[in-house]
Amino acid sequence: MSAEAVAATAAKTNGWEPKIVAFCCNWCSYGGADSAGMGRFQQPASARIIRVMCSGRIDPLHVFNAFLEGADAVLVTGCHIGDCHYVNGNDKTKIKYKYLENVVHELGIEKERLQLNWISASEGEKFANFIRDVTEQIKKLGPSPLKPEGVA
Amino acid sequence: MSDAKSAEKGVELKIGEEKRVGVFVCECGVNIGGVVNTKAVAEYIGTLPGVKVTSVNKFTCSDSGQADIQAKIKEHNLNRVVVAACSPKTHEPTFRACIEEMGLNQYFLEFVNIRDHCSWIHMWEKEKATEKAKDLIRMGVERAKLLEPLQASEVPVTDKALIIGAGVAGMQSALDLADMGFQVYLVEKEPSIGGRMARFDKVFPTNDCSICILGPKMVEVARNKNIKIMSYSEVKAVEGYVGNFNVKIEHKPRYLDVAKCTGCAKCSEVCPVEVPYDFNEGFGTRKAIYVPFPQAVPLRAVLDKENCISCKACAKACQSGAINYDMQPSFTDLNVGVIIGAVGFKTYDPEPRHDFGYGLYDNIITAMEFERLLNAAGPTGGHVVRPSDCKEPIRVGFVNCVGSRDKNTNIYCSGVCCMVTIKNAQLLKEKRPETDQTIMYIDIRTPFRGYEESYNRSRNLGVKFLRGRPVEVKEDPVTKNIKVRVEDTLAGEIRNLEFDLLVLATGIVPNEGIGQIQQLLKLSKAADGLLMEAHPKLKPVDTTIDGVFLAGCASGPKDIPYAVSQGSACAGRATILLKNKKAITEGITAVVNPDVCVGCEVCIPMCPFQAIKMDEKAGKANVVKALCKGCGTCVAACPTGALEQSHFKNNQILAQIKNVFKFQEVAA
Repeated sequence: MSAEAVAATAAKTNGWEPKIVAFCCNWCSYGGADSAGMGRFQQPASARIIRVMCSGRIDPLHVFNAFLEGADAVLVTGCHIGDCHYVNGNDKTKIKYKYLENVVHELGIEKERLQLNWISASEGEKFANFIRDVTEQIKKLGPSPLKPEGVA
Repeated sequence: MSDAKSAEKGVELKIGEEKRVGVFVCECGVNIGGVVNTKAVAEYIGTLPGVKVTSVNKFTCSDSGQADIQAKIKEHNLNRVVVAACSPKTHEPTFRACIEEMGLNQYFLEFVNIRDHCSWIHMWEKEKATEKAKDLIRMGVERAKLLEPLQASEVPVTDKALIIGAGVAGMQSALDLADMGFQVYLVEKEPSIGGRMARFDKVFPTNDCSICILGPKMVEVARNKNIKIMSYSEVKAVEGYVGNFNVKIEHKPRYLDVAKCTGCAKCSEVCPVEVPYDFNEGFGTRKAIYVPFPQAVPLRAVLDKENCISCKACAKACQSGAINYDMQPSFTDLNVGVIIGAVGFKTYDPEPRHDFGYGLYDNIITAMEFERLLNAAGPTGGHVVRPSDCKEPIRVGFVNCVGSRDKNTNIYCSGVCCMVTIKNAQLLKEKRPETDQTIMYIDIRTPFRGYEESYNRSRNLGVKFLRGRPVEVKEDPVTKNIKVRVEDTLAGEIRNLEFDLLVLATGIVPNEGIGQIQQLLKLSKAADGLLMEAHPKLKPVDTTIDGVFLAGCASGPKDIPYAVSQGSACAGRATILLKNKKAITEGITAVVNPDVCVGCEVCIPMCPFQAIKMDEKAGKANVVKALCKGCGTCVAACPTGALEQSHFKNNQILAQIKNVFKFQEVAA
């Protein structure tokens, strides 16, 4: 993305930037976010990364709390299936996510606001594209219905 | 870092102790400072409760930056330190050591990434980047206040090494480690060690005979008492961790007793089955029972059961009675402290895509096939002939970057193919000066010692260089000559050339089975299919798995000197562990609160390391710390909240989540 394109997108959305809580595993997706930096893959300043050792550590409690505190979207990310640093933590994430997704939808939260993605430590561009895509989707939806008043 | 000291330092948790946080914002030259307004960030962070001091440094990781942290710890009696800089993946150990020197527990450090995750990715949005940096550091400060002291633990290291792959890189690692006195297991999936280098004719830039320099090294490996070669064997399972890997090796059946076989090849002489000879890139044939190549180590025959017709002629011919048709795979369990992956490469296969007509026309071959034709021990005794009529070609064309630098195949440069082509053209010119060579290239890349000189030498010999990629390759149906249409981009004109033989310089691609090794060792794979090192510049042979190292083409295309250097580098890195006989592992593990545990056992199947055992008497789960790797998957599964992951406790994560957001006064 060029400087002009970044400025143009910012102008189009009136400057509102969603706040996205992104859970990243230490070995793959956090590394992917680092690679995005190293490759200077520009992305909207919307994501706040929280590092955990494995995506398997991400508790539905964390996701619900993020929404209750005011997250416009929550991202669950980890290693590609088969590549988990801890053998199969991400397989368990996948199973848990299926249930989590259902509950979140039943609470009336749009499906775009909770997303799962597998990103390896080398996939910097994929990470940046993911953040950009989600941000654009959320900008269309507007702030989360659960966002408490007065929270930015 | 002294381990004995760390055990004593600040491990007791003082309940209710006031949290005194120091925040150190790094400008990383202009990497952060050029985008994020660090002064404004520091000023804002200074207003947060508990923050006693903030400091902005040009380079926090420098000596003066670290001295600043240490001085401020002393001056303000800090007990928590937040460093907002680059990635914890590269710099956390530096700052952990820095605060530990001041008597703080190393886990009292919180590392916030405002470079890779902020300034570098919002280069043109300075205000937003500054706001984001404030958020990220606020999250870090609140988490830091909740950090608890932990102890890194020490694990013993078995002073034995496993090396996967016995190409030139793996052999170098094996020799270096063995010469330092360590027991080495060298596992090779092929029947002989030597790898790809054993197949080359001559090697650039000095054009010495490949097997003449490799052969003695192979013999040296075989002779070394500290090296146990396991040829025709594969790694089937890897368990454990740094210092203590349990590995299962499968020995594929050779269908003969290697102790009895003498490598006399009498069996091959009588075998009636002929199959294409893979060592010669499919040129010529070998028998169903064969010695891989004359210099093979171990020099033993192997029976290819797939092609064997069970005529039993070999058993009759074998004077030592070595043949055993009923042989089954056998297994060996090893316990090693370190693992070196030197799994090698293969060359790009142009057949499926018919790149430049390969596979459609007889007289188009790969550089590797050309290599075998040049070789005196090759299928033609060193005479370069073309496949259609076995005549010696006069006009030979070479195409570079086949399967490299091409978005349809691999975007990376394989690095070695320019030199391979230059060398091959030279060798043919020297053998038969009447030949006429044209190298068609995109760019010629000759970066290392003696390479440019070799390039010049081939020009002086009369090898022609044409900058351009063939756009059309056709075969003359009568002569079987190859007609190439190519744009000479330097002269700016289209050329129609005719060759008797066209040679494709195919690039380096990940070896077969690399995915299996990646999964067994839990390594990361890059988008190009090659394995990833821990850091592309500063840890080129380490991996993210402690005690696992990578040498040679497993982590990217390399030439021979580079692969050999990496082999030695791995041996050096491995020796640090093997010699110290101990490794420091993270103190992060799962912990059970027995007062809350109801013994439901949900956590037990969650753990892939079998680290959670039931204390049958108490009816409570119990984490075996030596086995726990600290992933926290069991913690997220625990329905009662009895399990916690140290350093990633729920309250610590929730503090971060809460502080992503800022409460703003709503205008009345």
